[in-house]
Formats: sequence, structure tokens, C-alpha cells
Amino acid sequence: MEPILQCSSLTKRYGSKTALDGVSFSLERGRIVGLLGPNGSGKSTLIKLANGLLTPSAGEIRISGLLPGTETHAMVSYLPERTYLSDWMTANDLLKFFDSFYEDFNLDKAAQMLTHLGIQPKDTLKTMSKGTKEKIQLVVVMSREAELYLLDEPIGGVDPAARDYILNTILTNYSENSTVLISTHLISDIERVLDDVIFLNQGQITLHKTVDDIRSEYGKSVDALFREVFAC
Amino acid sequence: MQWNLSDDRPIYVQLMETITLAITSGELPAGSRLPSVRDLAAEAGVNPNTMQRALAELERSGLLYSQRTAGRFVTDQAAQITEKRTELAMEQIRVFLSAMQDMGYTAEQALELTRRAIREEK
Repeated sequence: MEPILQCSSLTKRYGSKTALDGVSFSLERGRIVGLLGPNGSGKSTLIKLANGLLTPSAGEIRISGLLPGTETHAMVSYLPERTYLSDWMTANDLLKFFDSFYEDFNLDKAAQMLTHLGIQPKDTLKTMSKGTKEKIQLVVVMSREAELYLLDEPIGGVDPAARDYILNTILTNYSENSTVLISTHLISDIERVLDDVIFLNQGQITLHKTVDDIRSEYGKSVDALFREVFAC
Repeated sequence: MQWNLSDDRPIYVQLMETITLAITSGELPAGSRLPSVRDLAAEAGVNPNTMQRALAELERSGLLYSQRTAGRFVTDQAAQITEKRTELAMEQIRVFLSAMQDMGYTAEQALELTRRAIREEK
């Protein structure tokens, strides 16, 4: 089977600055993968390239063998780093919006998760806290039955309890054949849900291993290794 | 089950230990059916593939077995569970004896103190 995501010599430059520098790797299906790196290491650039929001300066990125485009958008569920939702929308508007936009959207599942979170269909986004907004966005993204989920900093702005809820939502909602790529720098919270981790530093991959291989080889957590590798 | 996972050791190994303890303590009785991989993973807050690996290793050791359609079960060989339980107990005792030795006690003295502690507890 074709890897769900494959990069070959993927390079992205912004003017004279190189954000991604000849990155090559592939992701299998059915994995939860952490894309880890300090700020400015190229995490968001990589995710935007996978979504076709940016085009490579050199090399290529393929989703299930295809270059990013209409066909791959149907396979990929993307949680951007920043909110793109309009404040006037109600929770119900948002569900309808996703339902009409994506064929693979599971409306019942999304509605159920929102009820569970205590969000009323008539609540507008404007009245919600930052943490609730992040949760609601994750709910709609995870309610798609996609092949690849690209989550850019899903736990950045929320408190630890909300973090647990979000991680649990990811764990219980991805299907066995789909892959989840999560970019973050909050590693200790997330490492036990990951299969593999990719360390990205200054646009290059410095490590790509399973969490348990790292723990047995180095005798320490991914978080501890990360702190060591990226010590300033 | 109490899933207390530490940071420095492989997660699947710690999952194996927790499940083994649940079996030897009787929390998961001989012949009982285990929850699904997904449910166990969600309960422990870990990746399903990692839980799958732990269960596969326990199957290899014989403490668990799976039946293609019915699911995964604790072994019904009581002797095997007893053996595992003794093995775990012996490990603890060796740790204890070695700590006592570090304090300068002989094994005999350690045993005598243990008897005293048991008497006092009663």
C-alpha cells in the first residue's frame, strides 16, 4: 500500500530563509505521529505544504501517492494553528458548514461530542472561551472520517484538563487505517499517545523513531531527549 | 487497573506489568475475557498500537490467549498464573533482601526481623 504521506527532498524557502531543507520521510497508515521541534523549526510549513496551502521550492510531497489538490483535500482533515472560524457562527452553524462541505463528515458523532462538552447548538463562538473554541474545532476536524489528520498545535492554548480531553478525543476517534500527524512542542503531555516521533530542527529531520524505541535506546522519555537535543 | 506509567521506560513494558499484576492478583480472573484493545488503550490513555504490542507479548508468554472471533482471554491454566505470581513475589523478596544486606543484615537476621514485624502487625 502507498504510504499515506511521503516527502522527497522537500524544500521550502521564504526569500533567503530556508524553512524546510531537503526533508525526506514517509508515514504509514494507522499511526499517530508527533512532529516535534522548537518554534521556527518548520513544523507548520510542512503541514501547510501537505495541505497545498504552500507550494514546495524543490522536491515534492505526496498524499497517498497524489500531489496536494482537490482529491487530497477530500482525504485530509486539517486543524490549522490559528482559528479561521467566524465569531458570529453558532455551534450548529459550524456543524452544518462542515456537513455540507465534507462528504466524510459524521454529523451525529460531532453533535454527540458537543453535547458531551456541554456546548449548546445555539451557543455562538463569540461567547466561548479560547479553550472551548479549540475543543470545538478539534471536534469538527476529528468528526471527519479522513485518511490523514493534520493537527497543527492542537493543545497549545488549553489547560491540562482540556488537553487530556483533546488527546482522548484524538485517541478514540481516529480509525485504524488513518494516520494522525500532530505538531507540538508540548511533548510530555502527548508522548504516550504517539507511535512515532519526528524531530525537526532548522528545517531538517534529526530523528524519526518510535516512542518505545527511544525509551529503550536512550533510557529516557522523548521529552527528556528533546530537551537535551534542543538545549539552548 | 491502575495505569501508573513512568517516563523513563518503554510504555508497552509498563502496560505488560500492569496487566500481569491484574492477572496475578485476581482482578482479571483466569479464563476471563479482556476488554477490546481500543477500550484498554483509552482507559490507559495510550496509543492502541502500543496496547496491542503489550497484549501480543503477553500472548507470547502464555498469560493471555486469543480466539479469533470471541476476543482475548486470560489463560485458564491456574498453575501458570500461580507460577507467575511466585516469580513476581520472588523478585520483590530479592529486592528486599538486597536492601537489608546493604544495611548490614544477614538473610537470617532479615528473616527474624520480618517475623517480628508480622507479630507486631497482628
